[in-house]
Formats: sequence, C-alpha cells, structure tokens
Amino acid sequence: MDNLTRLNFDVAVIGGGPAGIAAATVAAESGAATVLLDDSPAMGGQIWRSDLLAQHDVGRAQWMNRLRNSQVKRIPGAQVFHLDAKTIAAETGDAVFQVEYRRLILATGAREFFLPFPGWTLPNVVGAGGLQALIKSGFPITGKRVVIAGTGPLLMTVADFVRARGGNVLCVCEQTSWRKLALFALQLSVVPGKIQEASRLRRGIRRIPLWTNSWPLAAIGKDRVDTVKLSRGGRVFEVECDYLACGFHLVPNAELAAFMGCQLRDGFVEVDEYQRTTIRNVFCAGEPTGIGGVELALAEGQIAGYSASGQEGSSRQLFRQRAVHRRVVKPLRRAFQLRAELKALAQPETFVCRCEDVPLKSLREHNSWRAAKLHTRCGMGPCQGRVCGTAADFLFGWNMDSTRPPLFPVRCSSLAAISEDAALP
Amino acid sequence: MADTISVRVNGKPVSVPRGSTVAVAVLVAGATSRISVTGEPRGPFCGTGSCFECRVAIDGRLYRRGCMELCEPGMEITSHG
Repeated sequence: MDNLTRLNFDVAVIGGGPAGIAAATVAAESGAATVLLDDSPAMGGQIWRSDLLAQHDVGRAQWMNRLRNSQVKRIPGAQVFHLDAKTIAAETGDAVFQVEYRRLILATGAREFFLPFPGWTLPNVVGAGGLQALIKSGFPITGKRVVIAGTGPLLMTVADFVRARGGNVLCVCEQTSWRKLALFALQLSVVPGKIQEASRLRRGIRRIPLWTNSWPLAAIGKDRVDTVKLSRGGRVFEVECDYLACGFHLVPNAELAAFMGCQLRDGFVEVDEYQRTTIRNVFCAGEPTGIGGVELALAEGQIAGYSASGQEGSSRQLFRQRAVHRRVVKPLRRAFQLRAELKALAQPETFVCRCEDVPLKSLREHNSWRAAKLHTRCGMGPCQGRVCGTAADFLFGWNMDSTRPPLFPVRCSSLAAISEDAALP
Repeated sequence: MADTISVRVNGKPVSVPRGSTVAVAVLVAGATSRISVTGEPRGPFCGTGSCFECRVAIDGRLYRRGCMELCEPGMEITSHG
C-alpha cells in the first residue's frame, strides 16, 4: 500500500506553468497557505519547461525566483486523478496525496491539437511542441532533417528552436493563408512587445522555407518516417526527412474544470473578471480560459491568486494588463482556424485512436462519441480521448460528453489508499 | 555541455545528458517505446504527458510515461513491456 499523505491548504493550484506559478506565488505572498501541484518533474509548464542546454528568459527566471522565495508548498510529479468540492487526490511516482483546500485554482494549460493523417502513428512523427520538449529534455537534434507542419505560431517558434540546436529544418508547412498570417501580424501590433517578438522570430527562420496553404498528406516509411507527402497550394510533392513534427495549434486542458462542473463555452472555461468559474470557490487562469500565451497567463494567474486569497483590490490593478494581452485571443483563433480540407486527410484505414488502434472507417459507422466509444473502444485507452477526442470533435462534430474518474490512469494502490480513507468515493 | 549519465534501454547502455527524460533515452537508444494493439511500433509522440505513447517499464515499474520521468544513473528501461 502506498503511503497516503494528507495536506490542508487555503489555496490549491493545479498546474505549474506561468499561470499556476503566478497564482500560487501571489496567493502565498498574500498570506494564504498555498500548495502548487504539477504533473511534470519540474515546475514551468510547457512554455517554461527547463532546458538542459540553454539560458532561460528573464521573465521565467524572475517568476521562478519569486516562487522559490515564497511559502508555496510545491509538489512536482503529481498527477491529479480525482477531485471534489474540497479535496484533491494525486499520485507521484511513489506516493499518494490527499489535499484539502478551501479555494482551488485550475491552471491546467493547453496541449497540442493533433490531426490524424496516414502514417501519423509512425515512430519519428512527433508533436511540434513535443519535439521542442524532447530537445529541451536532452534529445540531440543536431544534423537531423526535420519537416514541421500544421498550424499556429508554435510552428515557427519550434523551427527557430530546432535550427538554433543544429537541426536542419527543411520547411514549415502552415495550413493557413498568407492573407490570414498578415492580418494576424497587423493585429498583433496593438499588443506591446509582440511585434518585436515576431520580427526576431522571422529573422531567426529567414532561411527556412515557410509555406502557407500547405499541410501533410501522409508520413511514409517502414519502421519510421523517411518521407513526408505534402500538399502546397494544391500541388503534391514529397520531402525526405528524419523527423516530422506536427501540431495543429492548441486545445485547452479543460477536463478538470469540466469534471468539477464548471461552465464551459466552446471548450473553454467561463470565468468572471476575478477569474472565478461558475463554481464559487474554483478559479481558472491561463490557456483553459482562452489561448493567449504567457503574458496573458501571468496576468490571469495573478488575478486568480489575489482573488482566491481575498485581495480583490490587488486583482483589479491587473485588469488593464490582462485586457491588453487578451487582445491576442481572437486574432489567434481566427488566423489559425483549421480549414475544412483537413477533415479529408485521414483515410478509411487511418487510426484515429492511437491507444486502441481504431481506424476512421470504424468510427464512421457511429453517430456520437459515446456510441463510437462503446462499440470501438475509441478514447478508452490510457490517453482517455485527449488525442482522439479532440480529433473526433473536428472530424465529426462529436462532443466528449463526460469526464469521469479516475481523471488519469492511476495505480490501484493509490485508489485503494484514497478509498480506504473514505473522503472520496 | 551538461554532464552525462548512463542508463540501459532494453539492456543496451546509452549515455544521456543529466536531467534527460526517459523518453529521450529511448530515442537516443534508437528504440521504440511500445507495440500497439495491432502490432505497430510506437515512439514518443506528444512529449508532454498527454498521449501515453512513450510508456515503458522503468526499473520494473510498468506503464510509466517516459516523457514525465527523469533518467537516474543505472536506470533499467524496458520498452515493449
């Protein structure tokens, strides 16, 4: 039986990216007993993931220091698998935690959106952000040929990152149009710092072909991808490569909020001006309320942290900062909206569900996510639909209608430790 | 350059920078992480803990996500478990 550790805090924050770090830090600085849980081995989330070889940016270092100097109890490597109105259950590699809280802040971030296409399950086909995460975690990309495809500003960030690490980026295939990209750049110019950031990025990747109206048709290879078939402006051609990094922008990790019963709209968590969800003692900050990047996440995180610790006055001082950075949310969504042609990428034999190897043709026999799940096991593997569910939503318009415990695959001993304690069902 | 540590992937020694994740060791070893239910080899995919494609056995602990755990010196990583 794993050891059960019981903890009790005024404020519990789930998710240790910029929003969660800001929320937990200001809550603790305001005098609230605060705990910060994150599922990764180190705090930082995806955008502030620690990089074994490079210097980190100044903003990250400042917040990390502020967090370390605060009284926040940090629990990294902790996967939340159940929660209710006052208790969180989480497991680490060798322990189980039961955390009582009075106010909860969900800062669960976003994940990459993946679309199925023939060959996308081959080894060496990876997420775009996924490749960056692997390189930051020690994977050597030097000299490797990489094709980057999909949509969203992350593609160019990853291209510049791979280039800087000595990888050979053959091309970036962006499904949206030049016109939409240009409009997006124009709209960014109203947000301080964004244009400088964008032009720095553009300089970094000036030698890398950026193709718009372009997407992957198939990854080809025997045991791993060796060739990518691409569509560019209606023409089809092939590129030989060692890695295909693909990602179709981001989806919010809204599962915990949905499970709690917070109101969602179009997949995003609804919050009031204090970042409060429709449940009184539950707040939400960062990408789950709208994809907007690190500055918005920091503003929302601080507002949530102050509000959850009873410092609404301090929250209000950040409203303007948040409003400025919220201006990127709508332009981002419009610029990188997926075009309908991408629904035709998956072929009848293409696996949509990677966990259970369920092909598209099996899903087509059903008319809802629930029916498809029951008959094909789609979404019933360990990822619990985090990959195929969002794809099915795009392909068929199916809503994933329920989130049920355990929220993540969990050890039987952790479940036993929690249920023996009887605080959770 | 970060210093390196040595782990074993399916018995084969590989050296990775200290602080590397288990998924990185699997890739550096040229291995894949798992065989899918229809027999396809799979490697690390999302890199961020969502997809579970990188799950391997780590020192006998089964179904661990390689991208979510750090390598320790002498660690025994078994894929296709």
